[in-house]
Amino acid sequence: MSRSVDSRLRRRLSVLALTACAGLTVLSVGPLVAQSQKPVAAKPAAIAPGPHAKLGLGRPALPEEIRAWDIDVRPDGQGLPPGKGTVRQGDEIFQTQCASCHGEFGQGNARWPVLAGGQGTLKADRPEKTIGSFWSDLSTVYDYIRRAMPFGNAQSLSADEIYAVTAYLLYLNDIVKDEDFELSDKNFSSVKLPNAGAFYEDDRETSEKAFWGKEPCMTNCKAEVKVTGRAAVLDVTPDSKSAPKVD
Amino acid sequence: MTSPRNTPPGNTAPGNTAGTAPAAEAGALSRRRFLGAATAAGAGLAGAGLARAEAPKPDPLITEVQDWNRYLGEGVDKRPYGTPSRFEKHVVRREVSWLTAAPESSVNFTPLHELDGIITPSGLCFERHHGGIADIDPANHRLMIHGLVDKPLVFTMEDLRRMPRQSHVHFLECAANSGMEWRGAQLNGCQFTHGMVHNLMYTGVPLKLLLAEAGLKPNAKWLMLEGADSSGMNRSLPVEKALDDVLIAFAMNGEALRPEQGYPLRAVVPGWEGNIWVKWLRRIEAGDMPWQAREETSKYTDLLADGRSRRFTFIMDAKSVVTNPSPQAPLRHKGRNVLSGLAWSGRGTIKRVDVTIDGGRNWQAARIDGPVLDKSLTRFYVDFDWAGQELLVQSRAIDSTGYVQPTKDELRKVRGVNSIYHNNGIQTWQVRPNGETENVEIG
Repeated sequence: MSRSVDSRLRRRLSVLALTACAGLTVLSVGPLVAQSQKPVAAKPAAIAPGPHAKLGLGRPALPEEIRAWDIDVRPDGQGLPPGKGTVRQGDEIFQTQCASCHGEFGQGNARWPVLAGGQGTLKADRPEKTIGSFWSDLSTVYDYIRRAMPFGNAQSLSADEIYAVTAYLLYLNDIVKDEDFELSDKNFSSVKLPNAGAFYEDDRETSEKAFWGKEPCMTNCKAEVKVTGRAAVLDVTPDSKSAPKVD
Repeated sequence: MTSPRNTPPGNTAPGNTAGTAPAAEAGALSRRRFLGAATAAGAGLAGAGLARAEAPKPDPLITEVQDWNRYLGEGVDKRPYGTPSRFEKHVVRREVSWLTAAPESSVNFTPLHELDGIITPSGLCFERHHGGIADIDPANHRLMIHGLVDKPLVFTMEDLRRMPRQSHVHFLECAANSGMEWRGAQLNGCQFTHGMVHNLMYTGVPLKLLLAEAGLKPNAKWLMLEGADSSGMNRSLPVEKALDDVLIAFAMNGEALRPEQGYPLRAVVPGWEGNIWVKWLRRIEAGDMPWQAREETSKYTDLLADGRSRRFTFIMDAKSVVTNPSPQAPLRHKGRNVLSGLAWSGRGTIKRVDVTIDGGRNWQAARIDGPVLDKSLTRFYVDFDWAGQELLVQSRAIDSTGYVQPTKDELRKVRGVNSIYHNNGIQTWQVRPNGETENVEIG
């Protein structure tokens, strides 16, 4: 009896020695014990957890930690914090926190983003895409201000302040007309933005199907080629709002 | 597809150009057409670039001992982290200041015309930030996974470095690459028209391993990725993609991520628009619907002519550009030249690249060089003779799904000119007889 335990132990040690020789680190004793009964099959399996085994890394996230970081707001209202704010209150906050870039009425100073107006311009040659003319969900306004604004001092506004600024932006976009309108977590989801219905999922594989599977022309493809446009290098209207723009 | 020239370049005798050499007749038809006027000007080519008329003078760079040949150079400790030669100072990222309101929410451009092969040097990868470059000590960085999971988790960088890792080469292209060109030729250089792209080897942990660790609930259909920077960049990612090939990367080109590329942790979302490759990644929330974040409603949605917009246009379609010659890299020599370029597709591998020098009248397949990898930049070349005639150079990529890169006009016909993103239309460069090259549109 003690003989066989001895020999098993010796075999286990030899497995250990083998993995050590291969310069590998032993991650867990578990597999080693299991394999000590079948020492022949040992080598790589001896250190590798099974394909579906959990890695056992990371630690549980605590509720306070999740609360601290979970600042996102969805279109269905998930994530909205309790709170409220009126158009009037929002106007006041906007003038001190936002107007230096976005203008008193959200019209946008210099090349800073325009936040209001532009409704009915989406088919125009130069569309004006704002919260009122283009955005689909009010939740995006709250979510974005909460995480990223004011630019350079993010996450500095309180829940109530963000409700108020959001209410003011609705007012600037003629979506609410009453300066006493109060936006809160209770009535938030009832507010719909004008362009909500105008988005659809990527349909390139059907609407641009013609770009697939054709054997393109290789020789004598056209009779004549004319230059129709030239790069108007870096002198294109640098400060104009109609100049190309990345935002 | 093009076979190498039968005549060694150094032996080019008058008249002995590819089009007339009998041995070259097999592939000569397309090549002769491609080379155009080169045949006629053959006699002049041998002497191009060298003043053969004058008596040859010895080159002092050869006949005189140079400083670097006489004196000691710097020792091994001089540059613990190397930098390029001082003669390569022009090879830098560049910005176009009027594009954006602030440098912290802006973009700069990879100097594609100065690069070769398919790997972008780390220090030249274009940058796109929305709240500047976050400066994060990896010891203070955390990644949280929560929402519709069995067990919300927090990982440290040490945890992530103990997980099974993989390395893959992929391109990252900004959705707005070439976006300034929708209405016509605007910026003069492929760095500016196409330089919001880079291609690296990323090393990291497959996202599916992290999700398995937390245990995704069956109703988890979307993930929200969020950055730790001051823009709190957030995007919605479908779970299928996350379980397919997304990496959570801590290394690029063999070393830690550069700060401007998300140090210490970023998402790598192969083939998909750059914006969703969230940098400084700190949080992944699982949910049953997309978040409609600002970067997927106000931005990164594609306005079409009818006033409606596509959203979640994640994939970057097949695209290519000739990087040399190009406006910043004009032709400088008659005779032998190398046309070089890049092709890529978010839908798979590059199967073929066609090149024309006569504005699309005639095309020939370029020579693909080096590795052809999935959702990666792919290098192509055409070795050609130039007699000094005007060229209208284009390239056209075809990917493994059979998608053929469209012209800008074909794209505009479907999308109009206001969709900002996803401009993968064929680029035209006009090379003038003096070699100067300009960004043009042709009809």
